[in-house]
Amino acid sequence: MTVNSKICAVIDYGMGNLHSAHGALQSVAPDTQVLVTGDPEVILKADHVVLPGVGAIRDCMAEIYAQGIDAVVREVAASKPLLGICVGLQAMMERSEENGGVDGLGLFRGQVKYFGDDLRENGERLKVPHMGWNTVSQGKHPLWNGIADDTRFYFVHSYHVKAENEEQVKGRGHYGVDFAAAMGQDNVFAVQFHPEKSHNAGLALLKNFLNWDGQA
Amino acid sequence: MALAKRIIPCLDVDKGRVVKGVNFVGIRDAGDPVEIAKRYNDQGADEITFLDITASHEERETTVHMVEAIAEQVFIPLTVGGGIREIADIRNMLNAGADKVSINSAAVYNPDFVRAAADKFGSQCIVVAIDAKQVDDHWEIFTHGGRKPTGINAVEWAVKMADFGAGEILLTSMDRDGVKTGFDLGVTKAISDAVNIPVIASGGVGNLDHLVDGVKLGGADAVLAASIFHFGEYTVQQAKEHMAAAGIEMRL
Repeated sequence: MTVNSKICAVIDYGMGNLHSAHGALQSVAPDTQVLVTGDPEVILKADHVVLPGVGAIRDCMAEIYAQGIDAVVREVAASKPLLGICVGLQAMMERSEENGGVDGLGLFRGQVKYFGDDLRENGERLKVPHMGWNTVSQGKHPLWNGIADDTRFYFVHSYHVKAENEEQVKGRGHYGVDFAAAMGQDNVFAVQFHPEKSHNAGLALLKNFLNWDGQA
Repeated sequence: MALAKRIIPCLDVDKGRVVKGVNFVGIRDAGDPVEIAKRYNDQGADEITFLDITASHEERETTVHMVEAIAEQVFIPLTVGGGIREIADIRNMLNAGADKVSINSAAVYNPDFVRAAADKFGSQCIVVAIDAKQVDDHWEIFTHGGRKPTGINAVEWAVKMADFGAGEILLTSMDRDGVKTGFDLGVTKAISDAVNIPVIASGGVGNLDHLVDGVKLGGADAVLAASIFHFGEYTVQQAKEHMAAAGIEMRL
């Protein structure tokens, strides 16, 4: 089955390795042109847009502003399917407490919080970062099509999303505390885990994204 | 439901080829890293680690191409260790599609390298590998494949590396490596208790109960093994089922 997307842009704003995201998208959609690019014109012409992110939020936001990606993301968010991944999700929140406090793009309502240095569950100490395969309890959204509820995805993060508007939470995770593993509003969807590193379930989600018309 | 413990098969590579005997049934050329990585991926490996034993810096370029080829087809986390000495080495491996690099002796010679690497690329992709050996009543760091003592206390070193920004510790017990009598649970537990980052236990796995012990008694967050998987003794899937049956949270 081919996917609907003719061109998918993976936004490159200089924050690390986009090889995996590109490779995973290309593998589920061989006929789609998957472009890793920071060029606003190319991004705005794409059918589907991915906002990845790794590392510290301060550096990510600084690069997003320095390269004018904030305006591009806002325009995409108003017009076509957009997928945020990991720090890409965190950048879409209102504010993160990482690096002494950093404002995000505010596409979703809520904050990004530290897991803490003394995270516990039933007396057992939990390591931070939250690293590895954890379950996601799914909300209703077309991007979960064909993926069983509570399927495990690969996470690596020390900060987590605490949503303000429960209706925007499309997937729930738990690691000592409850956190938002997926957020969605209209044509924007964003995940804390790495679908490009989550084996078959992650590939299925990426394929759903490239087939998505942006209707929630 | 909770975070799953991980199983990580480890492969030695030399000039972009898998070496040290990997012998799957059904693979014609057992040295093909892409085939082997795909096999482990299909068996349900949670991550794959490559240990680059290529002697010369020039020939390491072939390992970069190997990582590129694997990353195009295998969509689980990939770690590359061995010969990571400079920021440029890390960048090369990450650009090729590795998700993490493992730093070993370079950290011992220059601990600030770990700090610089974590600052530049984020802790999530910096693994510090520790080769430890028991000396009297404590454990010490050894380099050069366990031949060269450093006098550094392994537990204190792990704490320091976590403090410097390591995202994970890969702990290999040099007394146990290749011996198949199980992990050194003493040092595994001591380090796992001492740091707040995940610890991968390595060295000495001979059967599936050893994997269970590494988690239950050693407190490891992940277990790494090589030979028990390479020769088809056990599949990764069998190992995961065995651990799950012992009450450990696994991704099945």
